[in-house]
Amino acid sequence: MSLTTEQVKRIAHLARIEVSESEALTTQGHLNGIFELIEQMQAVDTTGVEPMAHAQDVSQRLRTDAVSETDRRAAYQAVAPETEAGLYLVPKVIE
Amino acid sequence: MNQWEVVIGIETHAQLATVSKIFSGASTAFGAEPNTQACAVDLALPGVLPVLNRQAVECAIRFGLAIGAHVAPKSVFARKNYFYPDLPKGYQISQMDLPVVVGGQIALQVGQGDKAYEKVVNLTRAHLEEDAGKSLHEDFHGKSGIDLNRAGTPLLEIVTEPDMRSSDEAVAYARALHALVRWIGICDGNMQEGSFRCDANVSVRPKGQAEFGTRREIKNLNSFRFLKEAIDFEVQWQINEIEEGRKIQQATVLFDPDSGETRMMRSKEDAHDYRYFPDPDLLPLIIDEAWMARVRSELPELPQQKRERFVGELGLSVYDAAMLTASQEISEYFESTVAVAGEASAKPCANWVMVDLAGRLNKDGVDIAAAAVSPQQLGGLILRIADNTISNNIAKKVFEALWLGEGATADEVIEKQGLKQITDSAAIESLVDEVLAANAANVAEFKAGKEKAFNALVGQVMKAAKGKANPQQVNDLLKKKLAE
Repeated sequence: MSLTTEQVKRIAHLARIEVSESEALTTQGHLNGIFELIEQMQAVDTTGVEPMAHAQDVSQRLRTDAVSETDRRAAYQAVAPETEAGLYLVPKVIE
Repeated sequence: MNQWEVVIGIETHAQLATVSKIFSGASTAFGAEPNTQACAVDLALPGVLPVLNRQAVECAIRFGLAIGAHVAPKSVFARKNYFYPDLPKGYQISQMDLPVVVGGQIALQVGQGDKAYEKVVNLTRAHLEEDAGKSLHEDFHGKSGIDLNRAGTPLLEIVTEPDMRSSDEAVAYARALHALVRWIGICDGNMQEGSFRCDANVSVRPKGQAEFGTRREIKNLNSFRFLKEAIDFEVQWQINEIEEGRKIQQATVLFDPDSGETRMMRSKEDAHDYRYFPDPDLLPLIIDEAWMARVRSELPELPQQKRERFVGELGLSVYDAAMLTASQEISEYFESTVAVAGEASAKPCANWVMVDLAGRLNKDGVDIAAAAVSPQQLGGLILRIADNTISNNIAKKVFEALWLGEGATADEVIEKQGLKQITDSAAIESLVDEVLAANAANVAEFKAGKEKAFNALVGQVMKAAKGKANPQQVNDLLKKKLAE
């Protein structure tokens, strides 16, 4: 499997990454290189091997349902570009 | 309209009853000052790690067991990628391929009275995910304000098969689900606060056609009335489009309660545009047999089981049983009433709760939890009807007196207000004689074959007795005397 330049541009758009024409071509080469690697790996017979959802074969640790975090809004908003009335301000979002 | 069939599937986001968020220790309490309950994990600051809330998982297990679903021994969290300012990570943690709950069913009653029928809605799945924050679009110098208090609030997204065939069925399902999640204590069901919101996937197809039509999804319906209005509008709109030769495009729409119309929000992106993949920050969720067994043992008697018991053991109709299990509060009230009045009076208890009590609650605009008459008082009242101390009509007066606090028990009100029924047949006989003597015209009419005249005479006797004469005895005596 290999990607077309159009597919690379679409992925870049979905990831909100701006790529120029030449960057798209370079990226296409990199991504296709990764696909080649995957193709090699797929040559291995994995019949009967259950897919893993994580590289480590351990299960999720759970925490007790309790409030442990206090209000640190002032500290967090000190590094925000813009705030008002306790809100983070962002460029207008229109549906 | 008649040649079209409506197909509806519903996705519901139920906010789970936890005190902290699904992946962080920030509070989920409603109504706090903006961003005071958004911690480093919720804000997606670099280097933070989500850790799953055990209680959120337990809520999902409870739900799965309550609907007879398969609770997955192993489920996986995935990242759903999209960009929006109220989603700081740039992805929502959700579940895709391996959700925690698979399948299950909810049985519900649709319609009222004689037209009521039972319907079973099949569920596809239910999965755990985090909520996003809130965007405020009022003008902040041309910018939007973001409140992330809600970001990371645990949700159970409950998805049905496209099993519903009318807006009434959709509303009946939503109500049944709403009652169930509150019943098993996993969601407070507060729709104003957004704790329970529905998306309806609606399509139409010619009757008899096997394939589904193209669907449009109506987002974020936060009341049962809006759910019905939105679906009714959408169905009519789709039928008109098709009949005018246009094709339905898959889309996401919003319902505007003011205009009663749905309008397009965005054309639906393909599912894989979200580029789901297993979240490397989270390991597979393992639910073992012991955990499930404990949750199962802690489940209350469920609405469906209660309905069956009310019908089987108390002899109620299926419809009455459904009404009385509409919420845990109603069923508890009913059962406490029966506990006092006795199982033999289950049917009158059901009527009093569904008709008289419901009517009185409605009149005062209060919830059953705030009823001025307790189930114990009502049970005591029904006991006095059963043993003929008072008639049903007088009982309504006693009920009102209890409601207004004119006595602590039905017995006290009956005693104080002299409402005890006259069952002494000599006393009733003298009343009957008086009435017969004073209403010769009615007597003559009755003897001439006018049945209605009989009722007039009964009325006169009851009036003379100030409503307190035993109606059955009055009837019997009148009949006897008139036949003489």
